[in-house]
Amino acid sequence: MKQFMVFVRKEFHHVFRDRRTLLILFGLPIMQILLFGYALTTEIKNAQIVIADHAKDAASEQLISRIAASKYFTINSVALADNEIEAAFRKGKVKCVVVIPAGFGNDLLHGNSAQLQIIADASDPNTAKTLTNYLTAIATDYQQDLYPTANVPLRIEPLTRMLYNPEMNGSMNFVPGVMALVLMIICTTLTSVSIVREKEMGTMEILLVSPFKPTYVVLAKAVPYLVLALTDFVIILLLSVFLLEMPVRGSLPLLFLESMLFIITCLSLGLLISSVTSSQQMAMLVSMMGMMLPTILFTGFIFPLENMPVPLQVISNLVPSRWYYMIVKAVMLKGLGPGVIWKESLVLAGMTVVLLTISIKTFKTRLA
Amino acid sequence: MNERAIVCKGLTKRFGDFIAVNNISFDVDQGEIFGFLGANGAGKTTAMRMLCGLSYPTSGEAAVAGYNVFKQQEAIKRNIGYMSQKFSLYESLTVKENIRFYGGVYGLSDRQLKEKGDELITQLGMENEVKKMVGSLPLGWKQKLAFSVAIIHQPRIVFLDEPTGGVDPVTRRQFWDLIYAAAEKGITIFVTTHYMDEAEYCNRISIMVDGRIDALDTPANLKQQFRATSMDEVFYALARSAKRSAD
Repeated sequence: MKQFMVFVRKEFHHVFRDRRTLLILFGLPIMQILLFGYALTTEIKNAQIVIADHAKDAASEQLISRIAASKYFTINSVALADNEIEAAFRKGKVKCVVVIPAGFGNDLLHGNSAQLQIIADASDPNTAKTLTNYLTAIATDYQQDLYPTANVPLRIEPLTRMLYNPEMNGSMNFVPGVMALVLMIICTTLTSVSIVREKEMGTMEILLVSPFKPTYVVLAKAVPYLVLALTDFVIILLLSVFLLEMPVRGSLPLLFLESMLFIITCLSLGLLISSVTSSQQMAMLVSMMGMMLPTILFTGFIFPLENMPVPLQVISNLVPSRWYYMIVKAVMLKGLGPGVIWKESLVLAGMTVVLLTISIKTFKTRLA
Repeated sequence: MNERAIVCKGLTKRFGDFIAVNNISFDVDQGEIFGFLGANGAGKTTAMRMLCGLSYPTSGEAAVAGYNVFKQQEAIKRNIGYMSQKFSLYESLTVKENIRFYGGVYGLSDRQLKEKGDELITQLGMENEVKKMVGSLPLGWKQKLAFSVAIIHQPRIVFLDEPTGGVDPVTRRQFWDLIYAAAEKGITIFVTTHYMDEAEYCNRISIMVDGRIDALDTPANLKQQFRATSMDEVFYALARSAKRSAD
């Protein structure tokens, strides 16, 4: 046991002295979360909007203040004339105009259907669609707050009819996927590289000649990275909860346990890679490139698996991150318990056992 | 401690059709400096790996430190030290951390670690380098440190696989002083080398050709036997007969 701790401590020394490893370990998750959370999102934030308020009553002002308060829009200016609206679009800065007709509040209060015009710059169709959806949501929301009793007929009648869940937050889709991706890359890359480095440097031979058992060498390599990957998991979780406002609806200990399971699966994969490669570059290439693409493709957080041809769907079953992604979504977003995710957990556990057995076996037979 | 450090009878290792080590037999006495010579690809490393418990012989018998290489590999590992031709300390650890790590792996207690570590550092005159990263030390120092670390747990036998490769003559000389000091303490030295001047420093040497041991005696006797003036000539005379090409 003491020998084991000596080994683990040495491993930590390696990690904290190697700037490259540190960068992968802590730079990668932070960068990925920020990248997916802010840059690579279909969400549009602070879109410039022009309001043409012809009503100028209490209802229209309330609606405008709601739009202004939303993080999606910044009110660029208030215009009234049609030519002003067109000029605003021409400049290209304004993405959307909301026209509130005269008598809006009156119509709303007296039970007539109130109309609202949304004009969007559709030269970028996706943005236009998203923005109109946001505005519709805000209007619907406002109406529901006015008449909390259910089943009130739609009184504000925006011209766009598509409903959008105002709570829908773009990062929700990405965070579980990024978690899976980052943990997968980190665990496989760092373990495989660190073991292969010992082979390359010749220190592995010394370890094998020592009374320290080969199996322990493998395990002692895995333990520090388990701890570090869990730290990463906590960092990602904190970033997503506090920065990206992700909810954690399910049990946190369960999420932690499941992540630990997934990390162990990835570590086993890293060990396997290390026992079939003989240079650090090779190990890096296999674990970074070889894992990154399947993870992105087959996890389902960017490309829906349901739309893939059957053979590809079958292949996706072999990708551990796919199962972890399902678990995280279920626990974090839907707040489901172990009863629902036992199957996914079992798959991960099974993969771990298989990978670990193969890697310890190949590790040993290399010596005979 | 009077028993032989290494006893080897008909040791053979085959990889498929290839016989890497072909029926070699030799004994090494406790405290002896035994030179294990041979061209590249002659089978030295394979033989050494079997003796270190890293691979099983195909046939034959061998005992290292009195333990059987088939059944008691773990006991062998506790009683030997090993230093390979590749530099084998961790460059990103300090001198002291390396000592503590290897000592720790061999199960030395904290007190032993401290005692042995201090003794070793004084012996090498490295008091000022204790906290330096090993990677920043000159090669000669690294090799001397690696040797001292390899015998920190006072093994009965230490295996040195081309320990002085790439080291300058002065440092090599100093390295051999360390080897002599270790041998005087009763540690058996089993060393492979390509430097024939180093071969002369050994008590006895064996020369492997194509997996066989073709010569085994003291350097003086070998020179006489081959009517040579130097070990170089002895080595060439034997190595020329080799049929296997070096890898």
